Amino acid sequence: MTNLMDRPTPPGSDQPRAREPISTGSEWTFELIQKYDDEIAKCAAEFGLDTYPNQVEVISAEQMMDAYSSVGMPVGYHHWSFGKQFLSTSKGYQRGQMGLAYEIVINSNPCIAYLMEENTLPMQALVIAHASYGHNSFFKGNYLFRTWTDASAIIDYLVFARNYVAECEERYGVDTVEEILDSCHALMNYGVDRYKRPAPISASEELRRQKEREEYQQRRINDLWRTIPKMDEDDDPVRRRKRYPEEPQENILYFIEKNAPLLETWQREIIRIVRKLAQYFYPQRQTQVMNEGWATFWHYTLLHRMYDKGLVNDGFMLEFLQSHSAVVYQPPFNSPWYSGLNPYTLGFSMFTDLRRICENPNEEDRQWFPDIAGSDWLETLHFAMKNFKDESFIQQFLSPKVMRDLKLFAIQNDDQEDVYRVTAIHDEPGYRDLREKLARQYNLSYREPNIQVWNVDVRGDRSLTLRHIPVDRVPMGKETEEVLRHVHRLWGFDVHLESVDDGATVQEYHCPPRELEED
Amino acid sequence: MGMTHIVDRRLNGKNKSAVNRERFLRRYRHHIKRAVADAVQKRSITDIERGEKVSIPSRDIEEPIFHHGQGGKREVVHPGNQEFVAGDTIPKPEGGGGQGSGQGQASPDGEGMDEFAFQITQEEFLDFLFDDLELPNLARKKLKDTEAFKYVRSGFSTQGVPAKLDVVRSLRGAHARRLGLGGARKKKIRDLEKQLEALKSAPEDLDPAFSHEDQIKVLEEEIARLKANVKRIPFIDEIDLRYRQHLKQPQPATSAVMFCLMDVSGSMTQMHKDIAKRFFILLYLFLKKNYKKIEVVFIRHHTSAKEVDEEEFFYSRETGGTIVSSALKLMHKIIESRYSPAEWNIYAAQASDGDNWNDDSPVCGKVLADSILPLVQYFAYVEITPQDHQMLWYEYEKIQERFPQSFALQQIADPGEIYPVFRQLFERKAA
Repeated sequence: MTNLMDRPTPPGSDQPRAREPISTGSEWTFELIQKYDDEIAKCAAEFGLDTYPNQVEVISAEQMMDAYSSVGMPVGYHHWSFGKQFLSTSKGYQRGQMGLAYEIVINSNPCIAYLMEENTLPMQALVIAHASYGHNSFFKGNYLFRTWTDASAIIDYLVFARNYVAECEERYGVDTVEEILDSCHALMNYGVDRYKRPAPISASEELRRQKEREEYQQRRINDLWRTIPKMDEDDDPVRRRKRYPEEPQENILYFIEKNAPLLETWQREIIRIVRKLAQYFYPQRQTQVMNEGWATFWHYTLLHRMYDKGLVNDGFMLEFLQSHSAVVYQPPFNSPWYSGLNPYTLGFSMFTDLRRICENPNEEDRQWFPDIAGSDWLETLHFAMKNFKDESFIQQFLSPKVMRDLKLFAIQNDDQEDVYRVTAIHDEPGYRDLREKLARQYNLSYREPNIQVWNVDVRGDRSLTLRHIPVDRVPMGKETEEVLRHVHRLWGFDVHLESVDDGATVQEYHCPPRELEED
Repeated sequence: MGMTHIVDRRLNGKNKSAVNRERFLRRYRHHIKRAVADAVQKRSITDIERGEKVSIPSRDIEEPIFHHGQGGKREVVHPGNQEFVAGDTIPKPEGGGGQGSGQGQASPDGEGMDEFAFQITQEEFLDFLFDDLELPNLARKKLKDTEAFKYVRSGFSTQGVPAKLDVVRSLRGAHARRLGLGGARKKKIRDLEKQLEALKSAPEDLDPAFSHEDQIKVLEEEIARLKANVKRIPFIDEIDLRYRQHLKQPQPATSAVMFCLMDVSGSMTQMHKDIAKRFFILLYLFLKKNYKKIEVVFIRHHTSAKEVDEEEFFYSRETGGTIVSSALKLMHKIIESRYSPAEWNIYAAQASDGDNWNDDSPVCGKVLADSILPLVQYFAYVEITPQDHQMLWYEYEKIQERFPQSFALQQIADPGEIYPVFRQLFERKAA
């Protein structure tokens, strides 16, 4: 797909620099943005970056806040939580506590990137390189995005979703719709298929099928509940013990949409909308390190290439490098500014080191990465970008050098011990262990409680039982009962959640709450 | 490359979040109402028209999701190791229940995390305030549009209603047009007439090819045609019409003074005063709509009256009996010395729980009727009590019969009644 034949001379080679920068000032104009984009596009083509067509939109700070609060969706249905987001964004911004992101980019075809009008020209160039060529090529190339999202359909689908929700609000009232949305949002992380590939979404198709669903769905659901034999007629203990669903279901929202006995058709449709959006955002949640690392690697590489070609001057590079180093700054664990690993830093370090391993491998690299040490760096980076997600990317490519550079170490906190334990550090015996631990940290099913639909009491009280499988004895959090109320609202009958560790039930939650059974 | 499409979106609407913001305010209206009510207590009545910071406990606006709780065994990878080696142990901090927290021990910027604070606009502030007062929409709009306008002449326009037609301008225009359109032709007519004259008086040419008769005929026809043309120029045409144009302009400042009179004797509780305060706020907003400059005078009284600042007016407590006339007399004195009725529009609102020293009520009636009501635009009395009326009320009822145009009285029992009462009091005035 990507043409890697006409490769640029590597930077640093003795190519004469035509000292004719595109511009020297820091003020941008539309003509200049266009010129920079043209040149960046040429550089990107030299490196074989394959992108969707770009659409760059210049917006004001206020508009950036709008874009922020709708989680980057250019069109969204209305909901109070986006208003809350907007209020806190604008408050932070007005007080100057928070700068706005330089850019927001949307996984769509064409790929939409927002530039803030306040940015200087070097910043605009950085953003174009980062978003319109970095993120864009990631969206187009990475297998998760290719499998789970359909960039050409998302905008239309968002418009469909907004209109549908608005229509429901008109028909059933804002409060009623808000309740359903609240409940769906509470379960949004459990509205994705993690392994199955979903059908791609398309708005026109969706609209047509939605009409069909409206007609058939209710009937089908009634059928499900009607065909279940009455209890006293069924004496077969095996069949009685058979669970429904037979296999646990990971997609709780999907299960509810298809099986909740009492939901109206429009309510099922809204569940579906939230589910589809969750699915659309799911790849982003699994590729944060890679996606930001890739985009950062490319803005860095592309703008250096511009410098090598003499298209930008020293002043430009100075400003660019200042922003770049702020983006990839990693405060150490004991700094007051520390808030976990910076995905930009980790991703950028890994892609940069990957290139080094290809171009200048040493003994350690040959030992750790025999397949890629000394290989074509562009091919290797593209391969990594296309075929991995954060967890597997780290597992596969985190090198000892990056671990040393970032001085990574693992701490274990066991509630059965009265000390924290340092379990691995950036040294020979620790590398593999450390890498495994870090990879696991980016595994979503490790970060979020593993909860699945376990059983519906189809012959009895129609109650829904969810099962939580704890990992390392980590229990459910404080909001669990709160979330169960939302599940209950959607399901319409009693809801139970049991934490089952090694076959033993360690914790139970019920909605409505159980009476104390003692007396 | 030309693949990239660069768009300037800055002029597109920036209020894409307006609906979501409104949804948020709607969902938390009870919190916001409470904040507004608190703010009303704290603020001066002349300081109602600005926004307010509202804080909502974070737990009330959280969106719950399934997540891990404390406990169990966790491992987290951190950057920036300095001296640790594998196998090191670090004692857990005391008092953390032995649990600690795996992820970034207790957020360092944790302060203020339990409150979600945001700003509502002046408009929203008034809306919530009016909500509390059950103010109908039309009245809200009237009160929020603080500018009053009047129309001033501003030049002429080619369009308008017949009533605004300016005859002189229009005729002047018509004249100019007639000159413009007809002038050249009239000159030509004059020239041709001269030629005709010359031709007629000249001796006949012998050559029939140059026959005068033919030439005269041609000239005469031409003159007739031109004259007909000129005649067809209308005396006045639609395009000549000029209308006087008027523009809306903010009304020039006129001044009003608002007297707030309140009983602060022991029987007036803070609840009474809060209701009175809201009533005064409404009056202030109402006056503000009509006058550019407003002064507010606070007079409180128990057995004697005193001019005070707002703080003292609403929040200091007195005990003892009540002599209402003392306040009325003081008000009269202040008008005489500072607010000449020739320059000031005088309004007064009096709030009381109806308590008065019985012998004093007839005195009140007399002071009102003789010295105050002739000077003021309007005097409104509100009695904040769910109970039966006392002497003062009956005395005031008599006053109302005598001065139906400038005196009104009403009874209020709870905040929801403030606006209806206010409207009854000021209906005629507002119209």
